[in-house]
Amino acid sequence: MVTINYDSELRRAGANANTFWRKAGFFARRYVLGTVGLVIMALFVFAAVFADLICFYSPLTVDSAHALAPPSAQHWMGTDSFGRDVFARIIHGARISLAVGIGSTTLGGIFGIIIGLASGYLSGWVDLVFQRVTDILQALPLLVLALVMTAALGPSLPNVIVAIAIPLIPIVARVIRANTLALREQPFVEAAKSIGMSEMRIALRHVLPNTLAPLIVLATAQLGSTILTEASLSFLGLGIPEPYPSWGRMLSESAAEYVRTAPWLVIFPGIAISLAVFGTNLFGDALRDILDPRQRG
Amino acid sequence: MLGYIVRRLFLMMITLFGISIVIFFLLRIVPGNIVDILFDAAGFVDPADKASIERSLGIDQPLVLQYLHWIGGLLHGDLGYSYVSEKPALEEILPRIPITARLAALALLFSASIGIPLGVLSAVNQGTKLDYVLRVVSLSGLSLPSFWLGLLILMAGVAMFGSIPIFNPNPQTFGEMFSTYCLPSLAVAFRSSALTMRITRSSMLEILRQDYIRTARAKGASEASVNFHHALKNAILPVITVVGIEAAFLIGGLIVTETVFNVPGVARFLVEAIRWRDYPIVQNLVMLIAVVVVVTNFTVDMLYAVFDPRIRYTD
Repeated sequence: MVTINYDSELRRAGANANTFWRKAGFFARRYVLGTVGLVIMALFVFAAVFADLICFYSPLTVDSAHALAPPSAQHWMGTDSFGRDVFARIIHGARISLAVGIGSTTLGGIFGIIIGLASGYLSGWVDLVFQRVTDILQALPLLVLALVMTAALGPSLPNVIVAIAIPLIPIVARVIRANTLALREQPFVEAAKSIGMSEMRIALRHVLPNTLAPLIVLATAQLGSTILTEASLSFLGLGIPEPYPSWGRMLSESAAEYVRTAPWLVIFPGIAISLAVFGTNLFGDALRDILDPRQRG
Repeated sequence: MLGYIVRRLFLMMITLFGISIVIFFLLRIVPGNIVDILFDAAGFVDPADKASIERSLGIDQPLVLQYLHWIGGLLHGDLGYSYVSEKPALEEILPRIPITARLAALALLFSASIGIPLGVLSAVNQGTKLDYVLRVVSLSGLSLPSFWLGLLILMAGVAMFGSIPIFNPNPQTFGEMFSTYCLPSLAVAFRSSALTMRITRSSMLEILRQDYIRTARAKGASEASVNFHHALKNAILPVITVVGIEAAFLIGGLIVTETVFNVPGVARFLVEAIRWRDYPIVQNLVMLIAVVVVVTNFTVDMLYAVFDPRIRYTD
């Protein structure tokens, strides 16, 4: 005979979580990995915002007397070939990664929404044209397209953001279009039509809000890949130009020749990239479970 | 079915045609061609010299004519000349293809042979500690940049053998073959095996919930027989469909990994050509990549119908 302790079962299910902190505590227990991801992301945002207060050294100050110094009490992560403090460069590098991540996800998201909504809602030849354009953009790997884009636009922060945002557009547009097509047949859209709402208003007020959940899930999932793409571009020397401290760029300066002589120049920037992407991926997974339970694995 | 194939082939042509236009004009929207770069570097500009070089390279003509010239040549197997080496682009590109193809094939092999079994293991033990660990490992696989993984492998090489493995075009011993092809492809495969694993896992979970799995268990089939014979056979289909996505994934990984390991393959050549603004090489390489991705996707869709008789493409 199993006796059920209703009280503890309810508590476990989060029934008593009525204040913010209790709710937060419940979520932290329910989605441990997601919480870890959120904490990592918060750390990176903190580093990016307060970079100037965290570091003793400027990321750009050249100090050739202390070039290639190994990690020590003064320079926690050592210095690079110009004597610049690696720790300061990594903390400041969070700004660039964050700017590229948020910038290109937002930019790609906005255009993706417009194209997806128009394509799914208007159908007809608009849909046909957008579908072909999406096919074209998706036939090239993200990195290849971003490489050609930065080569065409020239290496600078805004150009890198644009170059990474463009390959995101078809990914977002596909999801929005599929959702719009399904939503268009829903009774509430028909009801809105019957009371004489304009198509534009229906699309923006009724269809768009209902595609938000998958959109947020997709955006978080893409955040990590935009950070990785920026790192790859900068690693190849076609992303963020010198002297700005981009993590990928730091690895390209230090690549093969420093593997032997100055391993700290290889290890720390790589950890920074991996950790930031890992955090967004963990958080994105948990967010998908919460917002889009049908996809839960 | 035939109608569908014809329609798909037609759409493939349109896509490739669109890509050729996008790439060609994208590369030329910025002011400054290779002649400008060369003359800037020289520091001295004689307009007459410059004009004659531009004429000999054909870049003084209108863009539309240049485009038609390129596409016309492409259809006849003439890819134009590299600006840098002045050799035919085909001669530059062809010898590099087998190197990258070998790396990609090895990477796909690693990715499938690591990703699929681990995905099954993770799904069968859903909710256990093992599943948890495997999921975290696969997520970390998606988070590590492959160029960093490559650098770490090089570092391990230095620690163990005291030297960095150097690319050897004709590996003789097993050790040379390993460091030439296996190490770079492992660096690429780690990431794509994580993707394979995640897809295998979610596809397996879907199948394990089906009624016929319960029937198989009820009739007393062994656990291994249920998991591999009944479930995996059906769960593998969605895994095959993402090979197209994986191909795109792999190419991205190969670009950085070939650079790290100094492998003279197609992917690293693309980066070099972009740096040099060697348009004929860049546009042909991008077209090559697009053809590979598009044809892979098409083949996968067709294979899908072969493996799963329930699927009939109709139009």
